[in-house]
Order: sequence, then C-alpha cells, then structure tokens
Amino acid sequence: MPELTLVEAVNLALAHELARDPEVVLLGQDIGKAGGVFRATDGLWQRFGAERVIDTPLAESTIVGVSVGMAAQGMRPVAEIQFMGFIFPAFNQIATAVARMRNRTRGRITLPLVIRMPFGGGIHAPEHHSESTEALLAHLPGLKVVIPSTPARAYGLLLAAIRDPDPVIFLEPKRIYRQQREYVEDDGEAYPLEACFVEREGSDVTLVSWGAMMKETREAAERLAQDGISCEVIDVVTVAPLDVATLVESVQKTGRCVVVQEAPRSGGVASEIAAELAEKAILSLIAPIERVTGYDTIMPYPRTEHRYMPTVSRIVEAVQRVMEFH
Amino acid sequence: MATAARGGRKARPAGTGGELVARFEVRYLRFLDERGEWVAEPPAELLDPELQLRNYRDMLLLRRFDHKVLMLHRTGRMGTYPGTMGQEAVGVGMARPLTERDVLVPYYRSATDLYVRGAALHEILLYWMGDERGSDFKAPHMKHDFPIPICIGSQLPQAAGVATAIKLRGEQGRAVLTAVGDGGTSQGDFYETLNVAGAWNLPLVIVINNNRWALTEPTCAQTACQTLAQKAVAGGFEGIQVDGNDIFAVQAAVAAALDKARRGQGPTLIEALTYRLCAHTTIDNAARYVPKEELEAANAAEPLVRLRRWLQNQGILDDRLEAKLENEIKDEIEQEVELALNTPLPPPEAMFDYLYAELPEKLWPQRAEVIARERGTGDA
Repeated sequence: MPELTLVEAVNLALAHELARDPEVVLLGQDIGKAGGVFRATDGLWQRFGAERVIDTPLAESTIVGVSVGMAAQGMRPVAEIQFMGFIFPAFNQIATAVARMRNRTRGRITLPLVIRMPFGGGIHAPEHHSESTEALLAHLPGLKVVIPSTPARAYGLLLAAIRDPDPVIFLEPKRIYRQQREYVEDDGEAYPLEACFVEREGSDVTLVSWGAMMKETREAAERLAQDGISCEVIDVVTVAPLDVATLVESVQKTGRCVVVQEAPRSGGVASEIAAELAEKAILSLIAPIERVTGYDTIMPYPRTEHRYMPTVSRIVEAVQRVMEFH
Repeated sequence: MATAARGGRKARPAGTGGELVARFEVRYLRFLDERGEWVAEPPAELLDPELQLRNYRDMLLLRRFDHKVLMLHRTGRMGTYPGTMGQEAVGVGMARPLTERDVLVPYYRSATDLYVRGAALHEILLYWMGDERGSDFKAPHMKHDFPIPICIGSQLPQAAGVATAIKLRGEQGRAVLTAVGDGGTSQGDFYETLNVAGAWNLPLVIVINNNRWALTEPTCAQTACQTLAQKAVAGGFEGIQVDGNDIFAVQAAVAAALDKARRGQGPTLIEALTYRLCAHTTIDNAARYVPKEELEAANAAEPLVRLRRWLQNQGILDDRLEAKLENEIKDEIEQEVELALNTPLPPPEAMFDYLYAELPEKLWPQRAEVIARERGTGDA
C-alpha cells in the first residue's frame, strides 16, 4: 500500500465501506463516472456500479432530502456536497430533518447518514468555494460535525462516521487534500468520533485547532520548540459535540491556551472552546485564552485571501503573548 | 436568434413559429357530483357499500374531530391546529389505497390521511398540543411513516428518498405516498422533487391538497398556471387533476397511481381540487380574507354531503345508521381527547434522550441540570 493523500484516504474509506456494507450508497453531483471534482470517489462508480455511486441532479436540497428518505429506510447514504459554499439550499433539510428526525419521532426513525463536503480557503478558488462555516452546523443539536486533519484520520473517522447511527457532517479540508502523504492501512479500523487527538505533548501552552489549520498549528509548535516553548497540540476532530474533558485536562496542565481556526472569529467553535475552558479551567489559567482566527469579514476572493488566513507567524505571536502575560 | 443578430433576416415575434416538438394535456377526473349523482362511471371496486360506508364514517369523524379541536383550542387546552374541514375526501381518499408495506410521508394538514392510515387521534392531538410523542406512531405498520413536517415542502425530497431506497433495493409492490398544499407547490423542494422523481422514475405519488388557500393567499397568488397538476410536465411524468370533494375520484386516482408506482412505472402528481372550509389554523380568522360568496359556493360542493346523498340513494345509509355512527364517533373522539389531555408530561431528560443514539459527554451536565431543576421546583 503506497502512502496516501487525505483525499485518497477518503476514497479508500468509501471503498472499504461500500465493499463491507451493501446498505452504503454514495450520492452527489459528478461523483459517478467522473469520480467527483476532487476525485474523492475516483474509480468507485466503475467498481461498485451506478446504483451504489449515484450521480444526482444538480440540487443540494434533493441530495440531502433524498438521503434523509433513504436513511429512514435503513440505508446508509453518504452524500457529497460539491463545495461547502453550496450547502445552503440544503440547509433547511439539514436543520429541520437531518438533525431532528430521531428527536421528532422519539427514536422511531433514525438517520444513519453522512454529508461530506470539502471546505476552507487557500486554494485560490472562486467566490463561495473557500469559506469555513462549520460553526453554522456545529450549532445544531442532533448533528455531529467531524473534520479530519491527516490522511489516517480521514480514513478512520470517515469509517466511524458511516457506521455511526446518527447523522454526521464530514468536512474535508481541501487545502490539505493533497498536501501530506502518509501510510494508511486499509484495516477497517474506525477512529472514535467522541475524542480529541492529543498529538503532541507539551507543558507550556495548549494549541488547539482542527482541519487545515492543523498544518500551521504544528509548524508553529515546531518553531516555538526551537525557542524553548513546549506546546501541547490538540486536533479537536469533532467540533460538535466537543470533547471538553480532553481540552480541560490539557489546559489544567499547561495553564495557557491558543485556539486556531480558519473561520471568522465571532461565534465560532474557537469561542465555544474558550468559553468552556473559562468555565471549567479558570483557576488553572495563567494567561487569557487567545483565539487566532480568520477575521469577521467576508472571505476575500483569491487574490487577497492570504491576508485573511491565519498564519504560522500569527500563531507564534499569540503564543508569545500568552507566555509573556503576567 | 442568431440569424437576426447577424441582421440577415427579420426576427419573428416571440412565441410564434417553430416546429411543434411537444404538447401536453391535463385530465380532470370526477365521478360523483355535488348532488350525489354520477357524471362518469367509477371503478367497480369503489362501489362496495362497506368501503363507502367506511369512507363516510371516517370523513364524518374527521369533520367532528376538527370541530372538537377548535373547541379545545378555544378553551385553552390545545395548541395551534391546522383544520381539515372540507378536505376530508382528499385525506381519506388518498390514504385508503395504501397497503401496510407502502410508506406515508404526510404534510402538516394531514390529520385526515394519518387517521385513515392508522394513527390514533390522541397521537395527532398530542403532536399539536406540543408533545413530540405524537409523531411516535404506535401502529406497527406505520413504523416507517414520516412524522408531521412543519417546514413547507421539506417532506417531498425525503419522500423521494424513501422511494429511492425502495427502487434501489428492488422492492416490488411498495410505493411512497406524500402530500403537499397548494402553497407548498411554490417551494423549491416541490420542483426539485418533481425533477428527481421523474429523472429516477421513482415509485412516488404526490397529492396536492389544493384547498385554494395558502394561509391568506389564494392559489392565483402562487402561480400563473391553469392547474397545479401540469407542474408534473416539468418533471416528465403524469399529472392529473381530480375533484377533491369526490372521494371516488380521489381514491381511484391515488389507487391507480400507487399501483403504477408499485409496478415500477414511475411517479404521478395528483392535484385534488377542494376548498378549505375552515381557517388556516385555529389562530387564524379566515373571514378577514375569504370572499363570502366563494365560501357559500364551496359549502355547496363539499365532500361529505354528496357522499351522504349517494349512500342514502343507494339505501346504504338511513337516519338510524347515521345516528349510530354519530354516537360511535362521539365516543371515539371523547376517549381520544381524554387520553391526550391526561397524558403525563414526558420526563425532563426526554429532551436529551432522543438527540443521539448515545448522549455525548458534553451534554450530560445539561441533562442532569434539567432533572435536578425539575425536582427542585417540584414541577415533576
């Protein structure tokens, strides 16, 4: 098995589940013969056929609404929305049916479905192709919102998402779709959806992020280590519902926290993390929690998106501020 | 036109010329007129006295139920409720041909079809009294039937999804029946559903309860189309208009459409023309906007009276049987109302216990809080 990119790991997980469970069906625009605009479903139509890898009409509400009906019959639809910026026609289906069906029927009808979509900026894509609106989804009770940051995690988490008895929104950070290769064993082992990954232990400050921003966060931790600052790095993975316990435990050890997110600052997942830590670890904190985020503005178009994106330098500076705070 | 743009030829006025490449027709189905007389011969199986007496009994019950709910609302014992008065033939006629293997995806003004399908009145009441358990239909054959949706039109792509599952699994003899109001046909989800149902040739039957009013707006405010049935043309499948006050027409059309769907021959759109003889909901006052003359004409065409006339003319129904039915109906409604009113509140933790298969750790403290708070104030 060669080393895989994140998008190849997504493909591997989809193939694994299609082969394992006849109830798993993929549906979306251009995912069939063409293999999807990012090739996430490359070769799957050829291998599993048009009834397992279904090209849908160009209609997001249809894709999600049809997935609801299929899941209500016990199938396990994995829907692809081509870009997160196009989710809004389906938002009604997500908010009023996907997130609520188990609750609305007191558990009589459940929806084991996954809605996958690439998200995030930094790839010079047109308007509406670069936003990070995970908080809009994370705010809806009844959903799980999962974001992988490595090929191995993409594989293990997607398996878990497909096998989960409840709807999972699976956001794929497209900036790192092909940035890193790693060995991914096609062993069918799912990763937990309920837990953060503490991927680097440290003692001075806890760096928290998810998705594509993990790249900058890891680099910042490396650079800071050279200056003798020991960073604990946590990949949140499931931004809703949050694994608060792991975050609290880390901050109780380090006493400092910097949260990095690509999304705009206000009302985001970083704010929720900061609030939980302020409530549950206030006496351990020796500096204010800092958020390094996108700005509260419309995502700039490709020519200037670099001005918006959080950078390694911004993370390093934030860590230096919390280290110097007294 | 390219030629005109090049200035070679004079452009024709819009809408003239060209070759005829497609033409569409919309049929209107009606058997029993306002006087209870045949205008066409209905399918023989619908002439079964027992079937029509049952239809009549259910329509009468739903008429009485509608009134009872209004009274409950006026005495503060009921939440907002969308009445079905005048539209009983649509709901009863569409749900009657369902088999247990079919799936019903109702819309919000669906007490009629839900009742005929097998939902208990107290379940329907509970939902509209504000209790989630109302959508946990206990009839075993309703296991897969969808809950009442509030968001207009949102049920339609979901119904298409159920039909997709049936088709993908190759389940012969199963179909999906869903409904929408005339207002709902303005929703994008309505058009998207027509589109995908046609493209995938789904075993789906969509009934439009065209009761002429979307809250305060008449159908002409929704569309320039002469019929709503013709919207099926855009989906590439059959649309038919029926007299929604003629239960023979509704039942015949839906039964045929379901049969067609179960045989894998694709979807059908059925527009049932009826009239909302009540307000939009119990908190609406239709007298503010429904023209009086129109309402009088609609009253004369309503579905219950014509079926009663026919049953009487056939010697199937007499005053004695009518009185007996009224008594039975009254008892059932009273019992079900009592059952709903006397249903204890669910435990406080119920608001968390159906969010996920397993409650995430983050939510356990909130769950504990609502339990403790309720105990502390003695509200439980």
